[in-house]
Amino acid sequence: MTTVRADRLQRSPATSRATPAEPTEPLDPAARTRRRRQRRRSQLTAWAFIAPLVGYLAAFYLYPLYRNLDLSLHHYTVRSFVDNDAPFSGWANYSQVLHDPTFWPAMRNTMVFTLVSILLQYAAGLALAVFFNRGFRLSGTLRALFLVPWLLPLIVSSSTWAWMLNSESGVVNYGLHLVGLAPVDWLTSPSWALTSVIVANIWIGIPFNLVILYSGLQNIPGELYEAASLDGAGTWQQFRRITFPLLRPVSAITLLLGLVYTLKVFDLIWIMTKGGPGNASSTLATWSYRFGFGSLLPQFGPGAAVGNILILIALVFGLLYIRVQRRQNA
Amino acid sequence: MTRSRTRTAVGVVLTALMLFPVYWMVNVSLTPQQDMRKDPPDLFPLHPTFQGYQAVLNDQLPYLLTSLLIGLGTVALTLAVSAPAAYALARLRPRGGGVLGMVLLIAQMIPGIVMAMGFYGIFLNYGLMNTWWGLIVADSTIAVPFGVMIFTAFMSGIPDELTAAALIDGAGSVRTFWSVVLPVSRNALVTVSLFSFLWAWSDFVFANTLDSGGSMQPITLGIYRYIGNNNQEWNAIMATAVVASIPAALLLVLAQRYVAAGVTAGAVKD
Repeated sequence: MTTVRADRLQRSPATSRATPAEPTEPLDPAARTRRRRQRRRSQLTAWAFIAPLVGYLAAFYLYPLYRNLDLSLHHYTVRSFVDNDAPFSGWANYSQVLHDPTFWPAMRNTMVFTLVSILLQYAAGLALAVFFNRGFRLSGTLRALFLVPWLLPLIVSSSTWAWMLNSESGVVNYGLHLVGLAPVDWLTSPSWALTSVIVANIWIGIPFNLVILYSGLQNIPGELYEAASLDGAGTWQQFRRITFPLLRPVSAITLLLGLVYTLKVFDLIWIMTKGGPGNASSTLATWSYRFGFGSLLPQFGPGAAVGNILILIALVFGLLYIRVQRRQNA
Repeated sequence: MTRSRTRTAVGVVLTALMLFPVYWMVNVSLTPQQDMRKDPPDLFPLHPTFQGYQAVLNDQLPYLLTSLLIGLGTVALTLAVSAPAAYALARLRPRGGGVLGMVLLIAQMIPGIVMAMGFYGIFLNYGLMNTWWGLIVADSTIAVPFGVMIFTAFMSGIPDELTAAALIDGAGSVRTFWSVVLPVSRNALVTVSLFSFLWAWSDFVFANTLDSGGSMQPITLGIYRYIGNNNQEWNAIMATAVVASIPAALLLVLAQRYVAAGVTAGAVKD
């Protein structure tokens, strides 16, 4: 759930390339070769340390991704999957997927799920961060407790939510009953399934937003608020004129990271609804999985095609994230 | 003074609301089977039963041990791949380091489900399906890019004098890495280990696609099968969920500051 700033990685080689500065006094040719040889040797040492990582990335990132692309361009059946001799089918899987009646509902669900989740997570996270930013007794402990939903294994939180939202014996419907509302078929009615998984996902995502926004708030100097309150600015005005504008860089990063991560969500939806009923809560991720593993007759080609479309979407926002982050650190 | 007390009260209420699902999980895990479908449900475990936990001991112990093994294996593999590479990236100025950093950043954005399908094809062809160490390899892909980035960020901050002194003492880069840089990077080591363990422990996608027929399966599959098989015994399911949450709880209590550091490592300028 976390990404580390790339700028250090990118910047340190750049600055360092400048450090072994060109020698100011003219060196004799022998010394120059010695120096060059030395530099080459230190490059070799560096890459010897990196080699395992490069090998690892090639074998366990590049190769699976290549395999996935290969899957999406062939007509695979279980048999040809094992024998690895499926006929090449070009873009057929992609066109099949794009013309599938599930495509647009899944796309729409992915967008709704992602956008509603990140916006509400962000809003709740920001409100809580502002609340916790004024330290009070127990605030540290309570803030730590807020991390719990984020740390729990997804299968744990998903199955807990599934039981809480159970139509007959779920505690949520009991709560509705207490305030005089009719019970809702949270997970089994097509009109509520997507809402249910969004609610659970927001619950899981709030801690991440809280922690990041909180540390962003901690970097805003307190004198600004003192000055503002001397000038007679109320709490709301302080938030609007100081907190929100100064937090904008951190907010952008939080939202974009949330976007990239929420697009990938699979476990939660699969465990709670399996994308159902019908396709009511299917996203690209669950749809792709259903193609490949959800039935007795796996369709790896279309599944891989959907997966690759998902990668493309994630990459668009991912590159946007990198751009924003770069510009902020520049 | 009273203002601060009001805030504490509000804070406690908010935290209680937020943690209600966790409380409910514990409550259901202690509810006797016959009360499970009671209307209204018992809000407190008035007649607690340990049937559920008994079932965990009987059915889920092998799954828990497998998860422990896979978690530790993932930590070892992640550290072994990421720490040396990060040392080079942070201290040895390799040409092309920037590109590698970019690759790692993008690697983190690839959906697990896509990786799972690619691994499925590979594992099937090479006969690695349903092995615990295959799952370790797959799980480590979640943590390695994160690990390299945490280590690199941390090791770039180590003062030059420290490594220069090692160099003067005649230590080569391997010595410097092992006896100087690595011990100083304790915080980064802890953070990376914590998260790679937690992610491997919690992984469901890889487990379900790559190890669902194996003789050694992790606890996430144990719970998943429980839900599928005996829809009725929710106290046993929730008891397993409680037990499966123990590592997360321990982390929070014992290593809270590392956890927070890991979450924010990405987004915030310091």
